Amino acid sequence: MAGIGPGPALRIRGLRKAYKDVVAVAGIDLEVAAGECFGLLGPNGAGKTTTIEICEGLTSADAGDVDLLGRRWGADGGWLRQRLGIQLQETQLADKLTVFETVRLFRSFYAQGPHPADVIALVQLEEKRNARVIGLSGGQKQRLALACALVGNPDLLFLDEPTTGLDPQARRQLWDLIQDFRSAGRTILLTTHYMEEAERLCDRVAIMDHGRVIARGTPRELISSLGADHVVEFWSTAASELDLAPLRRLDGVRNAASDDGTIRIQATELHRVLPALLEELRRQEVPLAELRTHSATLEDVFVSLTGRHLRDE
Amino acid sequence: MNDRRARARAPDASVSGSQILQLTLARVREFTREPEAVFWAVFFPILLTAGLGIAFRTGSGDSLRVAASTPELARALDADRELSVVRLDAAAGRQALRSGKVLLVAEPGAGQAVVYRYDDTNPEARTARMLADRAIQRAAGRIDPVEASEELVREAGSRYVDFLVPGLVGLGIMSNTLWGLGFSIVDSRRRKLIKRLVATPMSRSAYLFSYLLWRMIVLVVEVSVPIGFGVLAFGVPVRGSWAALVFICVLASLSFSALALLIASRARTIEAVSGLMNLAQVPMWILSGVFFSAQRFPEAVQPFIQALPLTAVIDALRAHMLQGATLVQVAPQLGTLAAWLGICFVLALQLFRWR
Repeated sequence: MAGIGPGPALRIRGLRKAYKDVVAVAGIDLEVAAGECFGLLGPNGAGKTTTIEICEGLTSADAGDVDLLGRRWGADGGWLRQRLGIQLQETQLADKLTVFETVRLFRSFYAQGPHPADVIALVQLEEKRNARVIGLSGGQKQRLALACALVGNPDLLFLDEPTTGLDPQARRQLWDLIQDFRSAGRTILLTTHYMEEAERLCDRVAIMDHGRVIARGTPRELISSLGADHVVEFWSTAASELDLAPLRRLDGVRNAASDDGTIRIQATELHRVLPALLEELRRQEVPLAELRTHSATLEDVFVSLTGRHLRDE
Repeated sequence: MNDRRARARAPDASVSGSQILQLTLARVREFTREPEAVFWAVFFPILLTAGLGIAFRTGSGDSLRVAASTPELARALDADRELSVVRLDAAAGRQALRSGKVLLVAEPGAGQAVVYRYDDTNPEARTARMLADRAIQRAAGRIDPVEASEELVREAGSRYVDFLVPGLVGLGIMSNTLWGLGFSIVDSRRRKLIKRLVATPMSRSAYLFSYLLWRMIVLVVEVSVPIGFGVLAFGVPVRGSWAALVFICVLASLSFSALALLIASRARTIEAVSGLMNLAQVPMWILSGVFFSAQRFPEAVQPFIQALPLTAVIDALRAHMLQGATLVQVAPQLGTLAAWLGICFVLALQLFRWR
């Protein structure tokens, strides 16, 4: 598990945190290697933000250890602050400052780092350099927040839900930027509830639910752990009368589950499963309303582990 | 893309340093880009000083308005040029008295007698009573045994507007500082901007200190506008030294900034901080002698009133501007302000909610 370089960039052991009667983080162990992009994937309320904010030194843990770049919060707080880049979930920067003024303000906190103009160029906001923050679009604001996270030339970058609330185009633009930083060898820990984002950006992911890590690995490992490359979903008005047991016995079917009128089947060989499935439905006299197939994703991993969708809550 | 990254990653020391400067610039920019804030800081004191100065001017043309219900009484009162007389019947006279249009009504009593109807709690009405009585007694043939002549002295410094301007300067420093600083901090906290800033290596004391520096810059406007207007429009005196005036105002601004930091140290919403701001300010509006002397309040509450920061600022400014007091002479007031500054700043640092 030890990554490139002398040791992991981030190591979390036995992390716990409860707010009053709600357990946000219920014992987490993680290691992020230097140069790796690691994703915490899970639904809202899974404990991702609490975990990342403990790593960022903004929230105290009830129990457990966090080592960042070989140091700990407390005695090394000042040293760590200089080396971390942080993007919080939904930060609203000062409305009346311009893009350049905002980046220069953040730059003034760091002992070293690039020139503000270069960071603005990096996040492709040159045209908006003298625009006030209040006039920026959602995607531009997120890119400005990213610029503020990069302005100290960080060794370790934390991104909490970097693309939440963005339209698809703005999201893809941000993904390209994050991918550039990853290929430049930076270590990144990001949280997301978009499985597509995790698959695209992350070398490895940990899937979180109810304050625990329920699976971890590369996106490819996790998807192949389903043992099925494809997912067949269909809808039927008579879904409640359907007997799933014969479906599960079909050749090439790994699992079949019913969820509120939707039947999901994990399958290996579509060309053999589909005809058999249709034949079985005809035999049970269940009419088919709609049928779809897609390649298995991290979303399917989450569904197979928890029985719920990532964005259920 | 590659050389852009290479350029971007090259360390550059020329823009580091001076976070205090950048934080203070951010404060100033946010302030000056809010037209309403500038309006309240600059024009409001002018409007208030002008309005009150005109309303309470003590010119020579002022005579006291009285009413008489018979022509004989009206003629007798008219002989005194300090009275301005209207003829009204008894009912209309009482109506005018109730609505404050006249200070006194003179009505005939039994036989040769006269009845004065007026409010004895109003000092102006009591003066009107004496003048009216003198006029009526003289008209009836009284001859004063001692001859009196008058020598009039009207000196800048003893008029109401002279009293008012230092009070408004103090009030302006207090309310601008408390509202400006309190709203700015709570808004930053509400937006999680404070949390974002403490996630950087920013020095927390630099952050708080930038607010004090920002208020120093605004202070130049806050103080020079009402004092300049008072001096130019009403001839209000500034008898102490300018250096001492600057010192008093700077200390006042620092004390109120510290108080504002304390008030805003925990609040998460604008509503919460507004309530606390009013709670802190309303007693001072009433008690600290902005519009009338704080000496009017009972002896028992005077120690409390004297301990309020606004009382200290206003007393020091009045002593300085009107009597030419030196800093040594206003040392007790300066001591009160320094105590507020120290206690509030230390408490604010302890209590401040950084997220």
